[in-house]
Amino acid sequence: MRRLVLWVPLVVFLIFVATVAIGLYKPSERTIRSQMIGKQIPAFALPEAVPGKPALGSDALTSGEPRLLNVFASWCVPCIAEAPQLMELARRGVPIDAIAIRDRPEDVAKFLGRWGDPYQRIGSDRDSSVQLAMGSSGVPETFVIDGKGVIRYQHIGDIRPEHLPAILRAFEAAQ
Amino acid sequence: MIAEAGLATLWIAGALSLLQLFLGASALRPGGEALMRTVRPVAAAQAALVAIAFLALIQLFLRTDLSVALVAANSHSAKPWLFKFAGTWGNHEGSMLLWVTILGLAGGAVALLERSINERTLIATLAAQAAIGLGFYAFLLFASNPFERLSPAPAQGQGLNPLLQDLGLAFHPPTLYIGYVGISVAFSFAVGALITRDVGPAFARAMRPWVLGAWIFLTLGITAGSYWAYYELGWGGWWFWDPVENASLMPWLAATALLHSVTVLATRDSLRAWTVMLAVVAFSMSMVGTFLVRSGILTSVHAFAVDPQRGAFILLLLALYIGGALALFGLRVGTVKEGATFEPVSREGALVANNLLLSVILGIVLVGTLYPLGAEAVTGEKLSVGPPYFNSAAGPVALLLIAIMAAGPLIRWRRDQGREVLQRIALPVLLAAIVLFLVILLVPGIRILPLLGLVLAAGTAAASVAPLWKRNLRRTPLFTWGMVIAHLGIAVSLAGMASEAAFTKETLIAARIGQTARVGPWEIRLDAVDPIAGPNWTANEATLTARRGTSEPFVMTPQARMFSSPPTETSEAAIATSADGQLYTVVGKPDAEGRWQLRLWWKPFVTLIWFGGGLIALGGLLSIIGRVRRERKPKWDEVYA
Repeated sequence: MRRLVLWVPLVVFLIFVATVAIGLYKPSERTIRSQMIGKQIPAFALPEAVPGKPALGSDALTSGEPRLLNVFASWCVPCIAEAPQLMELARRGVPIDAIAIRDRPEDVAKFLGRWGDPYQRIGSDRDSSVQLAMGSSGVPETFVIDGKGVIRYQHIGDIRPEHLPAILRAFEAAQ
Repeated sequence: MIAEAGLATLWIAGALSLLQLFLGASALRPGGEALMRTVRPVAAAQAALVAIAFLALIQLFLRTDLSVALVAANSHSAKPWLFKFAGTWGNHEGSMLLWVTILGLAGGAVALLERSINERTLIATLAAQAAIGLGFYAFLLFASNPFERLSPAPAQGQGLNPLLQDLGLAFHPPTLYIGYVGISVAFSFAVGALITRDVGPAFARAMRPWVLGAWIFLTLGITAGSYWAYYELGWGGWWFWDPVENASLMPWLAATALLHSVTVLATRDSLRAWTVMLAVVAFSMSMVGTFLVRSGILTSVHAFAVDPQRGAFILLLLALYIGGALALFGLRVGTVKEGATFEPVSREGALVANNLLLSVILGIVLVGTLYPLGAEAVTGEKLSVGPPYFNSAAGPVALLLIAIMAAGPLIRWRRDQGREVLQRIALPVLLAAIVLFLVILLVPGIRILPLLGLVLAAGTAAASVAPLWKRNLRRTPLFTWGMVIAHLGIAVSLAGMASEAAFTKETLIAARIGQTARVGPWEIRLDAVDPIAGPNWTANEATLTARRGTSEPFVMTPQARMFSSPPTETSEAAIATSADGQLYTVVGKPDAEGRWQLRLWWKPFVTLIWFGGGLIALGGLLSIIGRVRRERKPKWDEVYA
């Protein structure tokens, strides 16, 4: 028995290597075809995430104009990494709304002050319920939603500069 | 020429590491004793050559030789010389060369200085160190050549990430790396002792100063890195649970556990297998950290230029070294004899509890850092685990650990009576209870973790100096002082963290020129915002007048900087330190009505966090001096710490 225990560290380490090797060698395709694409967004009404910034409800996403919906959190490091790309999208005139996941108003305000604020509205999703209903389970994620409230595109993970063309194409296709 | 000479030197150093491995392995075979004398000089020569290669790279950066690809990609002739110098390791290839240089120097230092250990174990240790070096030389030469030429040479370089253009870069990475890579010596010692079946008190005493040395630098590096992030990121936070920070914390946790278990092994000949395991784990954590940072597999604010091929190369090295060491552990440690036994209520018992809790925290941090990776491999989802997880999972365990740390030094070796221990810790417990009462009375509604932190800090501070009670201070061994000061440093640092979490005041306003804002006890007036220019940046500099009550007002000047190459904006916080805390000010952008965003924090006693870190390192330093002196003069009075 004691002999076997001595090999446990090696086994654990090999599992680590295998997991990491999968992560390393899997094609870095981040735009997964989600079950939710082509579906109507669920009806929801979220409270404001920061004082002074409009709250977010599903009616705002069915206003006739296509929009981006970014799911983020102030405690999420990849969200910091994608902030410049979101600022760039906003600068190009893409309207972006957001859902802040499990966050506190002061932390969101800090995050926006430090990394920039590309958002028109932010809803606060304290228990991730809207996030899950949207078919999203992690942060950050970004949806392209057309004027009727149908999800046209889902980007999982942080938006890197090389992802911008695909997102802009999806946004234009949703017009 | 310098680049070619540097590259040639690096190749020769790599070849010497191969020779060192070969000679070491041959010397350990039956009949190979004649080769024993050759291993130390080769290790020393390898260290000297790799250091020369590193100096060559520094020289290229100082001259801004743009015909070298690495310099062109990461430097700029308009940069101040200090940042040119520090820019040598502000990039992937340069920092890997620093990594390998420290690995070589650590091996050279062991070859030249280590006299107390059995010669066969030393040879095996140096061979193991050479084996590690060989892989990383190959990584540099085949996948990350820092000396590669660029033809034609560009007229100007691309510049260094502005966040890195800071004094912090000159000190933080080298300090951290000395700790990070220095712990490789412990790994090699463990492998060497497993090979020669020499795990015992003598091995532990020989290994201890090296572990202590690496641990001191690791402590300093983490402390300096935390302060750097605090003032440079302009976000007021001192720890972000970023994967790169975790990559430095994990080896520290393992090394701290190792430091204590090696003491048990040296003093009482217990915990043999466990100590060997920790030595392997500590450096494994350094290598895993290096891999996580370099492969780009985790998203981090510290991103290096990422490349899956490099990631695969380091992963292969990891699999070889860590897998090999763990396999050797599985094969050999069963043949290591059980050491001495001890009672649960004893110094050893407390140290085992300390080790287990440190391992639990290490596990929590490791799981949190790798969870996004595992989740992605299994479900294909990308997600992020943030401070909510780390704080709520690791925080309570850390508090329990500190409580045991406070009591540990007051318990006797081998066996102690529960009642007597309780008597000895009565006074610190009483002090903690008084603090608990006072804080609840004065600060109603304080959150539970900061409250426990303050209470525990008070109790621990009292308990940590208690071992000096009724002792002749001049005859108290230096390493006992080291322990007292390091433990006191933990209490001080904890007090700073708890105070920062509980009492920080924050004000966020859009202020007009002339307007006054309040934060905590301070009144701050925005007097002016002026454009200014530095060597490679321009900035909006706010002039703030800060006043506290009736005291003399003073001026603070936070800046929002725009760097030209590469084009980036950073905020330079202005920080005023007083005896009871720091006033932290950041200026942002103007809004449409000409008001300026100001973010103001008052952070009472926040400086204790880093002051405590410094004390911990000082404790380590005293301890190492005490231990080395003791080893030199074995007949010193035999009082155990």
